[in-house]
Amino acid sequence: MSASTPGTRDASPAAEPEPLPGAGRRRRRPREGARTRPRPLRPHGPSAFGSDLRRFWALTLTLARTEFKLRFFGSVLGYLWSLMRPLMLFGVLYFVFVVIARVGTFPYFGVYLLASIVLFTYFAEVTGASVTCLVAREAMLRKVRFPRMVIPLAVSLTALFNLGMNLIAVLVFALLSGVRPRWSWVEMPVLVVGLVIFATGIGMLLSALYVRYRDVQPIWEVISQALFYASPVLYAIDTARSQKVAGMNAEHLLMNNPLAVVFTQMRYAVLPPFPRAQSAAQAIGGWPHLAVPLGIVAGVFAFGLWFFNREAPRIAENL
Amino acid sequence: MAPSVEASRPPSAAPSAVSVVGLSKGFRLPHQQYSTLKERILHPFRSSTYDELRAVQDITLEIPPGEFFGIVGRNGSGKSTLLKCLAGIYRADRGSIAINGRLSPFIELGVGFNSDLTARDNVIINAIMLGLTRRQARARFDDVLAFAELEEFVDLKLKNYSSGMTVRLAFAVAIQVDADILLIDEVLAVGDVSFQQKCYEQFHRMQREGKTIVFVTHDMSAVERFCDRVALLERGEMVELGEPRDVTRAYNELNFGRLAHDAGDAAFRSTGTFISEGWFEDAGGERVAALGQGEAMRACFEVLVREPLEDPVLAVTLRNEAGQTMVVGRSDRHGEESGSFAAGERLVVSFEFANWLAPSRYTLSPSIAREGTGADTVAVAEDIASVVVHGFATGGVLDPPQRFEVRRG
Repeated sequence: MSASTPGTRDASPAAEPEPLPGAGRRRRRPREGARTRPRPLRPHGPSAFGSDLRRFWALTLTLARTEFKLRFFGSVLGYLWSLMRPLMLFGVLYFVFVVIARVGTFPYFGVYLLASIVLFTYFAEVTGASVTCLVAREAMLRKVRFPRMVIPLAVSLTALFNLGMNLIAVLVFALLSGVRPRWSWVEMPVLVVGLVIFATGIGMLLSALYVRYRDVQPIWEVISQALFYASPVLYAIDTARSQKVAGMNAEHLLMNNPLAVVFTQMRYAVLPPFPRAQSAAQAIGGWPHLAVPLGIVAGVFAFGLWFFNREAPRIAENL
Repeated sequence: MAPSVEASRPPSAAPSAVSVVGLSKGFRLPHQQYSTLKERILHPFRSSTYDELRAVQDITLEIPPGEFFGIVGRNGSGKSTLLKCLAGIYRADRGSIAINGRLSPFIELGVGFNSDLTARDNVIINAIMLGLTRRQARARFDDVLAFAELEEFVDLKLKNYSSGMTVRLAFAVAIQVDADILLIDEVLAVGDVSFQQKCYEQFHRMQREGKTIVFVTHDMSAVERFCDRVALLERGEMVELGEPRDVTRAYNELNFGRLAHDAGDAAFRSTGTFISEGWFEDAGGERVAALGQGEAMRACFEVLVREPLEDPVLAVTLRNEAGQTMVVGRSDRHGEESGSFAAGERLVVSFEFANWLAPSRYTLSPSIAREGTGADTVAVAEDIASVVVHGFATGGVLDPPQRFEVRRG
C-alpha cells in the first residue's frame, strides 16, 4: 500500500551504501513486508518479550556469550577460576565431612558431594546475579528499546554454559572414582532442565523486585544460604529418614524443596544402586507427593514470568 | 494546542513515519522515597502520597517520512521524555504512538554500551539490539569503526575510551544500522569540530536518502540549518510547531525574554550616578530578546544622573557567549561631544549597529566615564541585558555581507 510513496521509505534499501554480500537478499523480503504494513496501534513501549522472537533469541545468546567471554578472558586463568570455586568448596567439605567428621558416608559420597555442589553453585549464581542484573545494565535499559526479558535470561544462560563445563568435570571425576555409565543417566538432562526452570523463575522475580526494593539483595543472600543447608548438598536425604520435625517426617518435609528432588534423583540415577539410595518419589513418600515440589517450580516460574512481564514496561523509569 | 494540531497534519496522504496522538507521560515523585521493604511494611499506607510530574502532556504530532523534525525547549520541558516515549523506552500513560519503519535511537549521548566490553562486542550487541541480525551486524562492523575513526582501538575496552571516542562510536552505530527513523538527542554538544562536520554530512546524506530524523537540540543554528519543521515544548506542552525561523525566535523569547527587563534591579542600590536599565531594540524601536542576522541592532540603556557630568564618555560593550568582547560602541569614537548633564536628569542612550554578528547570544554592558580617556568610570552595569542573534551559522564570529562569485579562468 505504500507503493505510492516510492521516493521515501522504499528508497532506502536501494540506497544502501553497500549491499551486504549474501545477507542482503535474505533479509530484504521480511523487512519490506514489515515496513509497508502500518503497525497496529498497540501500546508502543518496552515489553518483556518484544514481537520478534528471532531477535530476542539472538540478543539473549549474544549477551550471554559476551558475558561468558568476559568472565573467561577477563582474568589470566579464566575458566580455571570458575571451576576452582566449586572444586575448592568440595575439597574443604570433603575433608571436613568425610575425613574428619566421618558423616554422610555412603558409596561414592565424593561424587555426590561434587555434583550437588556444582548444581547448587549454578542455582546460587543465577539467582544471585539476577538480583542486580537489571540495575547493572541501566545504561542499556535507558537508551534502547529491546525485550527486557533478555537480561535475566542471558544471566541464566551464562550460568548454564558454566554449569555445562563444570558438569564435564563432575563426569570425569565420577568416571575416575569408578562410577560406570548407566541408561538412567539420560535422566540427567531432564533434571538439569528442571533446575534451570526453577532458578530462572526465581531470577526473573528477583531482578524485577530489586528495581523497586533494594533490600532484596541481602534478603536473598540469607535465603540462599539457608537453602544451601536445607538442601541435601552436604548430606544425603536419607540422613533425615528417622527424624521428626513438628510431628512430621523430616525426610518428606525436606523433599518438598525442588533442589532436594533434583539432587536426590540425580544420585539415584547416576550412582550405582545401593540399599539406602532412593528415588525422589520414594524419598518424598510416594509419587503423588512429588506434586508439591513440581508445583513449586511451576508456580515460581509462572509467578516470576507474570511479575516480570508486568514490570517490564516501567523498568527503565524505575531504575 | 488546537492550532498546532491543525498545523501538524502532513501535506500528503502517505502514512506518517511517526504518528503521535494525545501522548501524555507522567512520573510519580513520592514525597518520601520508600525503597526498602521494611519501610513499606512498617508504613503500608503512607507511601501513597506523591506528586505527579506531567513530563509530557497531550502532544499530537505527525511526522511524514523523510522529514527532519526538530524538538526544542528549555531544560525540563519534556523533550527527552518525548523522545524516550518515541524510542519505546518509556510507556506512555495516555495516547498512542505509531512508528512506521525501523527505529534507531541515540539518546543521552549513547546507545547503551557496556564499559567492560571491547568496542567490537559493544558494536555487535548494539546492532542486534537495534534490529540487525548477527551476520548483518558483523558485516556492518567495519563501516561503523571507519565512521568513528576508531579502527585501531577495536579491541580496547570502552572504559579506556575517552568520552569523545565513546560518543563517536555510539553515533556511528546509530547511523550505520540502516534505520528508517533516527532519534537523536544532543549529539552536537560533544565531539570536536571535525566530528561535528561529519555529523552534518551524515544528516545531509540521510536527508537525501529520505530518512526521517527527529532531532532534539539546544543549538538553534543547527535547527535553522537542518530542520524542516520544529516543535517547541514548554512544561510538557507543545507551544509552537512550524518553521524553524519562527520557532527559534519563540524559543529565544522564552529563554531570554525576561532578562532584558529584570537585570537592572541591582543598580538601584547605588546612590551615585547609575545605569538603571539596559535593553536591545530592533530598527523599529521595539524591545527584543532575539534579532535576525542582518537586521539593525540598537543597544540601549538608561542612566540616572546624580552629579553634574561634563561631556562623559558613554559606551556599550557587547560580549558573546564565550565572554569575548565583540563590539564596543563609544560616544567619543568620532570625537563628538556627548553634552553636559545636571544631577537628577534621566538619559536614554542608544547605539545602533549593522548586525553582522554570528548567531549566538550577546550580552550588553553599558558604562559611563568622565570626560577624557574613558578610564575614569562613573558607572558600569555588566551584562545587564542580552540578545540572541539567529541565522545561518558559518562558524565565524562575524558574518559581514558577502558577495560570492565563481569564474572560469
